[in-house]
Amino acid sequence: MKRFLKTHEFCVFIVIIILSAAITLINPNFFTLENGLDLFKSYSFMGVLAIGILFVLISGGIDISFAATATIAEYVMAVVCLRFGGNIISALLIASGIGIALGAFNGLLISKFRIPPIIATIATMNLYYGLLIVVTGGKWIYALPDWFRYFADIRIFTLVSKTNTPYGLSVVTLFWIVITAAAYFILRFTMLGREIYALGGDINSAERVGFPVKRLQVFVYSFMGFIAGIAGVIQALLVQTVAPNSIVGKELDVIAAVVLGGASLSGGIGTVGGTILGVVLIAIVKNGMTLVKISAVWSDVVIGVVILISVGFSSWQQKKEQSKSNIDIDGIEVES
Amino acid sequence: MKSVAGKKNELKVLSIIMVFSFILMTILNPQEFLRTGNIQGMAFQLPELGILSLAMMVVMLTGGINLSIIATANIAGITSAMILTLPVAGGGDLSGGIILLSLIAGLAVAVLIGAINGILIAYIGVTPILATLGTMILVNGINIALTKGYVISGFPLPVRFIGNGTLLGIPFPLVVFLILAFFIALLLKRTAIGFNIYMYGSNKISTCFSGGNNNKIIMSTYIISGLLSGFAALVMISRFNSAKAGYGSSYLLVTILASVLGGISSEGGFGRVSGLVFALITLQIISSGLNLLRISSFMTIAIWGFVMILVMVVNYYIDRSRENVLRIVS
Repeated sequence: MKRFLKTHEFCVFIVIIILSAAITLINPNFFTLENGLDLFKSYSFMGVLAIGILFVLISGGIDISFAATATIAEYVMAVVCLRFGGNIISALLIASGIGIALGAFNGLLISKFRIPPIIATIATMNLYYGLLIVVTGGKWIYALPDWFRYFADIRIFTLVSKTNTPYGLSVVTLFWIVITAAAYFILRFTMLGREIYALGGDINSAERVGFPVKRLQVFVYSFMGFIAGIAGVIQALLVQTVAPNSIVGKELDVIAAVVLGGASLSGGIGTVGGTILGVVLIAIVKNGMTLVKISAVWSDVVIGVVILISVGFSSWQQKKEQSKSNIDIDGIEVES
Repeated sequence: MKSVAGKKNELKVLSIIMVFSFILMTILNPQEFLRTGNIQGMAFQLPELGILSLAMMVVMLTGGINLSIIATANIAGITSAMILTLPVAGGGDLSGGIILLSLIAGLAVAVLIGAINGILIAYIGVTPILATLGTMILVNGINIALTKGYVISGFPLPVRFIGNGTLLGIPFPLVVFLILAFFIALLLKRTAIGFNIYMYGSNKISTCFSGGNNNKIIMSTYIISGLLSGFAALVMISRFNSAKAGYGSSYLLVTILASVLGGISSEGGFGRVSGLVFALITLQIISSGLNLLRISSFMTIAIWGFVMILVMVVNYYIDRSRENVLRIVS
């Protein structure tokens, strides 16, 4: 218990509670089930992507290309559904298949050719996104099939608010819940999960212990691609239009959310719980600012400050821990 | 191990690629590509990206990365622009003093952002990607809040000269770029700071043990990077005759591409200004050439990505064959 109180996740949790209390004091509409469920629906896109990025960060890598991957998966899925029909299962299969293929290519570049992940995925982002716009001509898709629209409106349970509008737990949120549960299981209870942590902790040790390092890297980036494909479908379900340029540019926001949740960019550290809290914190900041009527132009300033304070605080603590256990050398980290 | 001879080879390869791309574009588009208008246009476009790439390069030499260069450039530009368009300043006919003040204020803000990055990375121990990602989001936010998303425009003639004027027929921004590139090359090659930057990028622990002050090295690197972003801002606002929150955001990844193409190792420690300049000229030749051929700018982006992968894969094979040679020799 005492160890839990010192974790990064706990700090984020406290911040969330304080923020929620403050926002509720100003605008009681914030702390309602309706607003909460609505937030969980609209942030499921970011939440799902965050799980994928968490895997990549734990393995010690980074992925900038997932927004481009998600867009391509979304677009192809929509085109296929419009031309050949299908149902939600086939849509998910198509999108995640494309995601896995594009992600595996990243993994191949990183593991086989030893290209630093940030360089490799910046390159593939440009490649994927550029080709997508060239091939599609940047055209939006408005008319999605009816079954696709109906599916997005399904609720797991329905309640009625005071003003007689129905609300409830959206099926879209269910995607997020299922993926989060699966990720938690993989990371916590499978050999695969422990191997990914080992890979991020120290790639050389992992290799010497006998873990299939290269195969793990390909898996991690393919998994990111898979998640990006699912996220593409979620985005299409949420907004019911497919725009080639609507997701690209949000990569760094998602990475920021995961980092807020305590994942380290140097690998080996990060939890599913923390990642959810990170996404929730960003959601609350953005939603809360609207509810307390602070102009939207300030939202990035606030998020920037939150990120800097949060990562600054945790890095500072890490540095203090390290200098306690090592000979005190200013400015040295073992590996960054 | 990369020997000095290896580095010379890399420069040779880069210059061959540059000449090849020039010849290719000339063949593909003989009437338009060699026109003075086109050549001059290229000379006007190159410096912005060039100065920003220098800002990225110095940081990459230490093994870091600076995602906040564009945001820094924009906040510097907006600061200058706000002073230049102050109602009291009268708009059209400003005294030289105020113009100079505004430019210096812009540079000072850029240096400040660089210093914040440096403090976060050196003294607090945040990894470079994260620290600069945070400042990038924060500074972008401040930019939007300051301008409310509007464009600040209308600068006096001397300011517009920086980005649009010519000096003895040479575009003035190119002159600015060449001077800055020369100074950075000098700094990296001939001064203790430069030596330490390379040392830190190769091995920071041994740098520390050989008496380098790691915190000071990081501070000065990020301050230099910030200052260079500030200079890029001056060229940028002057060329557009305006400042805005989102200008040049597409440059960020291209600066990394240019650095990688120019032989700057993303793990730090290796790379030279001359390589970067060759890479920049090559990129400019290709993008102007494709533009003249009416090829979509998104196709150009895709080609950048492809070229970047190609270069890294070729580098991998070169490194591997070199390792093999070393193994056989020893």
